[in-house]
Amino acid sequence: MSARDEILGRIRTALGPDRAAPAEVRRDYRLTDDRSPDELLDVLTDRLEDYRATVVRCAPSEVAATVGSALRTALGEHSPADVVVAPGVPADRRPDGAVEDDGRPAVALAGYAATVTGVAVAIAETGTLVLDGSPLSGRRALSLLPDCLVCVVEAAQVVGSVPEGLARLDPLAPLTMISGPSATSDIELQRVEGVHGPRTLVVVLVA
Amino acid sequence: MTAVFLGIPTAPRGVGHLRGDLSFPDAARDSLRDGQLRANLGHATATIRGKRAAVVGEVPDWAELREAGRAIKAATMARLDEHLIALEEQVTARGGTVHWASDATEANEIVTRLVQATGTDEVVKVKSMATQEIGLNEALEAAGIAAHETDLAELIVQLGEDTPSHILVPAIHKNRAEIREIFLRTMPGVDPGLTDDPRKLAMAARAHLRERFLRARVAISGANFAVAETGTLAVVESEGNGRMCLTLPQTLITVMGIEKVVPTWRDLEVFLQLLPRSSTGERMNPYTSLWAGVTPGDGPQEFHLVLVDNGRTAVLADEVGREALHCIRCSACLNVCPVYERAGGHAYGSVYPGPIGAVLSPQLTGIEDNASLPYASSLCGACYDVCPVAIDIPSILVHLRAEHVEAQQHAGPEALAFRALSKAMSNPRLWRLAQKAAGLGRFLAWGRPTLPAALPPPASRWTRTRDLPTPPKETFTQAWAREHGG
Repeated sequence: MSARDEILGRIRTALGPDRAAPAEVRRDYRLTDDRSPDELLDVLTDRLEDYRATVVRCAPSEVAATVGSALRTALGEHSPADVVVAPGVPADRRPDGAVEDDGRPAVALAGYAATVTGVAVAIAETGTLVLDGSPLSGRRALSLLPDCLVCVVEAAQVVGSVPEGLARLDPLAPLTMISGPSATSDIELQRVEGVHGPRTLVVVLVA
Repeated sequence: MTAVFLGIPTAPRGVGHLRGDLSFPDAARDSLRDGQLRANLGHATATIRGKRAAVVGEVPDWAELREAGRAIKAATMARLDEHLIALEEQVTARGGTVHWASDATEANEIVTRLVQATGTDEVVKVKSMATQEIGLNEALEAAGIAAHETDLAELIVQLGEDTPSHILVPAIHKNRAEIREIFLRTMPGVDPGLTDDPRKLAMAARAHLRERFLRARVAISGANFAVAETGTLAVVESEGNGRMCLTLPQTLITVMGIEKVVPTWRDLEVFLQLLPRSSTGERMNPYTSLWAGVTPGDGPQEFHLVLVDNGRTAVLADEVGREALHCIRCSACLNVCPVYERAGGHAYGSVYPGPIGAVLSPQLTGIEDNASLPYASSLCGACYDVCPVAIDIPSILVHLRAEHVEAQQHAGPEALAFRALSKAMSNPRLWRLAQKAAGLGRFLAWGRPTLPAALPPPASRWTRTRDLPTPPKETFTQAWAREHGG
């Protein structure tokens, strides 16, 4: 007998012949968040800053300039070619001279100092950005290897709760949920920001 | 109905890390003598308890989420075979390959074969309880394959040639000074001026592992959740080592216990709220990776999922005990447990320590191989209160104690004593006589509040680990009779 048949057979034996129908799962927890869009932006900002991310707000016309100045703050003086952007980031939102991810081997992305991407959705209550592997979010390695990550979030992409956020996502896409910079609590259970992922996270809120 | 009766095998002996060399009381005696260990554990568990309480307190619908989490897990177990078949179909349809392993030995063989087929002799690993449980690193080493742990705490344990002592923070028993010493001793090329600042220690780990991530061709991970209806796997982490392993290598092998499956995508909206707040005390952990099979041009192009039983179906056969399979490995129960806080994780002898380990390990191995664990608890119930999926750990502990007693061939002195006590308590005359006799204990006490620990056997087996209070001068009924003339 194959291990598959063996295990399935054991499960059927363990559960017995007379299985009752599983009880209905009651989802009477909060499914939506009725706070106003403005309030949600404030909550998102508060949560992200609590995780030591930097949040800057700007108007739609100022995105490229805001990203450029955030990069100068994070990296100091740098070559424009140290910055790589996800292919779906619109041209008028890219910092001058930034390089588009051309699909080179993933490990080669480690040579860049910073990445600029969009997001698929942002969840205010938990301070979470979700990237979905689309051209706007970029492939997973892009938001992982360079040490500084700049994410551009549109106000319309911000939802209140985790259920609302997951409902907007495609379960088949390669998803990365990001809540603050990389961190660890492994030494005496004290949180330290910055381990293997980007040590600097900048969120540009377009509102 | 029990698994023994139904002929369902438990986790085999001789492989993996579910059994200790010593019984819990013997192992705990050693760790209780270690003042440094107790100080480290006391400090760390107090920190995390405070953080958890704060972030759970700010969720107004925590009770509803907890009940939904419990109900989803119960419904999953009731149809476990169907959900696993659906998961297999979905993962396969998206370019993954599913393997089934009846026990630790089979799982280790499958993973070793898969690694060998890639031609590499080293792998990077994401922290995973399942691979710790089956002893995968040792099996790979025996096949000449080096397995590099990449989670900071697992790295500390591996470099220190130590064993994990906590589900979430395997190196919780080490403080920063001890970790600095391990890094200085074992990391090639480490800065000799390394301080014990946690930030500096984390940076040393980053430098140590960076090159390894970039050259790795095979990664091995566990899974926190696997969605049956979509084939989506989820790994929840903090440092980014998980993302490195799940993203950069050509081949990804995920090893998961069969109980980790959840039926629907929506179920994650519950668990992704319950887990981070319960485990690290954060509103959300820094990184959660979700993937379904293989995505061309993004991440590993070869994906294997190994589904492991290793005693889980035996747990499923016990209608009371099966709730232990609902565990999402948050470790909140460890952090609130007065026994864990003092004895430490190593005393449990299994990769699953603390209250959840005390109910899970004996069921996975069969009660006879971990007979002391159901007694490693004061039944205070703190574990039940904090469990995000409401596992009634105290009731399972009592259930397993009963199972252990029933499995004994002869009644022990304790059982005989309780039988006599039961007789005395059901007869008023006998009871008054017994109380009078107990009064004699005051002579033994010599005025101290407890009786001496050195009572002769068999009473010594009771007093060895417990203080027996000196009987009071008069009993309640005597005092009542004196004051009320009854």
